[in-house]
Amino acid sequence: MLPNYKTSVKKVDNEEKMSGMAIFTGDIRMDNAHFAIPVRSTVSYGKLLKINVPSLPKGYYFISAKDIVKENVCNIIASDWPVFPDKEVHYKGETIGLIVGPDKKICIDLASMTHADYKELEPVFEMKNSYVHKEFKKGNPEVFKKASKVYSESFETGYQEQVYLEPQGMLIWMDGNKITIKASMQCPFYIKKAVTRTLGCSEDKVRVIQPAVGGAFGGKEHYPSLMAAQLATAIVKIKKPIKMIFDRKEDITFTTKRHPSKTDISAYLDDKNNILGVKIHVGIDGGAYIGCSMVVLARALIAATNAYTFENVDISGDAYCTNKVPSAAFRGFGSPQSIFAIEMFINHLADFLHVNHYELRNKYLVKTGDITSTNGVFRDPIILDKLINRAMEMSDYQRKKKEYSKPNSYRGIGMSYFLHGCGFTGSGESTIINAQLRIKKDKNDIVTFYTSQVDFGQGNRTTLKRIVVDTLGIPEDHVIYGAPDTDETLSTGPTAASRTIIIVGGLAAKAARHLKEIWKDGEEQEIIEPYVGPSYIKWDDDTMQGDAYPGYAWGVNVIEISVDPITYEVTIEGCWSTYDVGHAIDERILIGQADGGLAQAIGWAYLEKEEMENGVFKQRTLSDYVIPTMMDLSKMETEFIDNPFPYGAFGAKGAGELTFAGGAPAFCAALEQAINRKVNKIPATPEFIMELIEHGN
Amino acid sequence: MEIKFILNGKQVSVDVSPSMRLLDVIRDKFHLTGTKEGCGEGECGACTVLVNNEPYNSCLTPVINIVNKEVITIEGFRETKAYRIIADAFAEMGGSQCGFCTPGMILATYAVLKKNPHPTEEEIRFALSGNLCRCTGYQSIVFAVLKASEKGIEL
Repeated sequence: MLPNYKTSVKKVDNEEKMSGMAIFTGDIRMDNAHFAIPVRSTVSYGKLLKINVPSLPKGYYFISAKDIVKENVCNIIASDWPVFPDKEVHYKGETIGLIVGPDKKICIDLASMTHADYKELEPVFEMKNSYVHKEFKKGNPEVFKKASKVYSESFETGYQEQVYLEPQGMLIWMDGNKITIKASMQCPFYIKKAVTRTLGCSEDKVRVIQPAVGGAFGGKEHYPSLMAAQLATAIVKIKKPIKMIFDRKEDITFTTKRHPSKTDISAYLDDKNNILGVKIHVGIDGGAYIGCSMVVLARALIAATNAYTFENVDISGDAYCTNKVPSAAFRGFGSPQSIFAIEMFINHLADFLHVNHYELRNKYLVKTGDITSTNGVFRDPIILDKLINRAMEMSDYQRKKKEYSKPNSYRGIGMSYFLHGCGFTGSGESTIINAQLRIKKDKNDIVTFYTSQVDFGQGNRTTLKRIVVDTLGIPEDHVIYGAPDTDETLSTGPTAASRTIIIVGGLAAKAARHLKEIWKDGEEQEIIEPYVGPSYIKWDDDTMQGDAYPGYAWGVNVIEISVDPITYEVTIEGCWSTYDVGHAIDERILIGQADGGLAQAIGWAYLEKEEMENGVFKQRTLSDYVIPTMMDLSKMETEFIDNPFPYGAFGAKGAGELTFAGGAPAFCAALEQAINRKVNKIPATPEFIMELIEHGN
Repeated sequence: MEIKFILNGKQVSVDVSPSMRLLDVIRDKFHLTGTKEGCGEGECGACTVLVNNEPYNSCLTPVINIVNKEVITIEGFRETKAYRIIADAFAEMGGSQCGFCTPGMILATYAVLKKNPHPTEEEIRFALSGNLCRCTGYQSIVFAVLKASEKGIEL
């Protein structure tokens, strides 16, 4: 039976994308464009003594730190990543300069002939030097001393590459005296800020326009800022349009990844085996520069107790500096790492206590009104029990769980519960982002509104437009809503943190309601609507205390697998999911988020292996870094259970990242049943499974 | 050297190195940008075109191999009835998100249905496993192919 999406509307970009008419960055024709080819560091850590540039033909340039106009800083969240390194390099592959010129082949040759002299220093590849530490407590962790038993385990997760189908790319040119950029990106205003900061120029000198973007998943949140700062430095010097398009190998080898993690958890038990509290430490590998790692760490720590309430909690974590490609945003932003750990841990603890997984999990399941691990409150109704019951029903979980527990079944079924905090952490939406949305109406009563939200596949252009159309109650073709252009739109913030629908959607609905209230036929009208967050959200970033997010979305995944007893290859037999994303505005779009997020999480769990060797990734192409194909996945059944959120547009919460959170623990719980071994590490490749089966835990 | 072939129904000729990738000929010489480069090594299928009605990875095809053959890119295919049926099925099932894999996926779908007008879900997954998509998790694409098969692509 094929689905029938009654709540969905036609996606606004369907036709341009299917017909090949959508213009992505690499498709933009600019015949006089020069090409930029990075020259990269060949050592992991060292003093940069001298860059030896071959003699350059006329019209070719080498751009490096000496060309910096104002500030050698790539503005990310931290300010430690230089545009071009000038004294030291901190990872293999760091861009020490760009060869720019009219012929791409000649640029590639010149770049390969450009070498630097270094005084090599001892690089660090292990997680041992912390550059960000955070900690917080709830209740009274002193009671841990009274515990009659302590149960402890460690968990590890690996790198993950986003593999957006369109690699990173950027085009920059001068439009009069204005620097203009089109790029494959998530956050136009991040790019603008990076350029104005390094050049020290005013905001009106930089314009960023979004073309079609072929996927992002976090990977185009920060890296494009670095490319933009580098190309802006070049264009100031050479005044010619420049194109920098990465091929897949360059993209996989040198752009940011999901943070690898190591999480240690201890549960403190009383003499009746009640959990007195938990102590958790999450370590993430941030790579050579902090970039956004302190925020990734914060999210990992806040999510560390996941969907469970423990009375006493001691949580800490460190982001570690290593001489490797910096890690940065990737769908989930740290929380999938810590959710994987606690989900596996609680099952293992149940085994240790000889109780049923399901019963132990439910005993500590979070309920409406519970105090969060940061001493905030879960205020909005939590319907996790409904999600769990429905997912179990859909998957026939109880029967299968029992059946596959027979010895040598090589089949298993696993379940995970998970949450995702929507929007920026704490009061960040009001204190850092301060989104403002402009909506206007012309004399013909045609309404135009602007946001800085990029649609890189999530369908937000369709849903945001629909929110305004439905709020105003006017025909769809009376509303114009295009891709962001920083000369037209005010900043409504980055396309990140699952904030687009819950925050910007809510703001768009509010702006449209206000326009409707003052509507006068045939008159030009304009409203600038500022974001005002719920007043009860209070957060202290230094102490990590208070309400961590404006709202939470919830989910349950059930995954069934079988394992080949000879090759140890895994087959996904079925996936069932239930989600509370508030009110599901457009089911077809949300199913796309649900299936896509789960597929990516399953890839992370068992296929996508990215290893480091001497400071560089071993897997650098799609032949050896393997993402799921159609054959690696199974049918997925997904349901949304309505639970409208008062502060979101039409009751909607965030959905984009939530769908990534539970795939790995549900997969690994199924794998544990199939092979009767504990799994504390992903990716669980066939080689790793063989090791577990043959050598035990 | 001069290479002659049929591109989207028209006889064309281009003076290029015989080893130039068909992908680059299509994009850089004919400015048809609906054919995408996702990996450059035949893994992702974003560069899929039809050569004599068979799906080809144009990134792995030296242009010399298509002399006197008929090449159809998405720009040619979008004028056909079969395109309309497949594109509508993709729209109805939500089979396109970021859109970077979509032109290749649609051409590959046509090639599957031409060979096997009523494939099972397993047959679809096998036949399209050379086309990667990172957005959808593939379920919606499988549904779209089934939907197009239900309607029939009127070959």
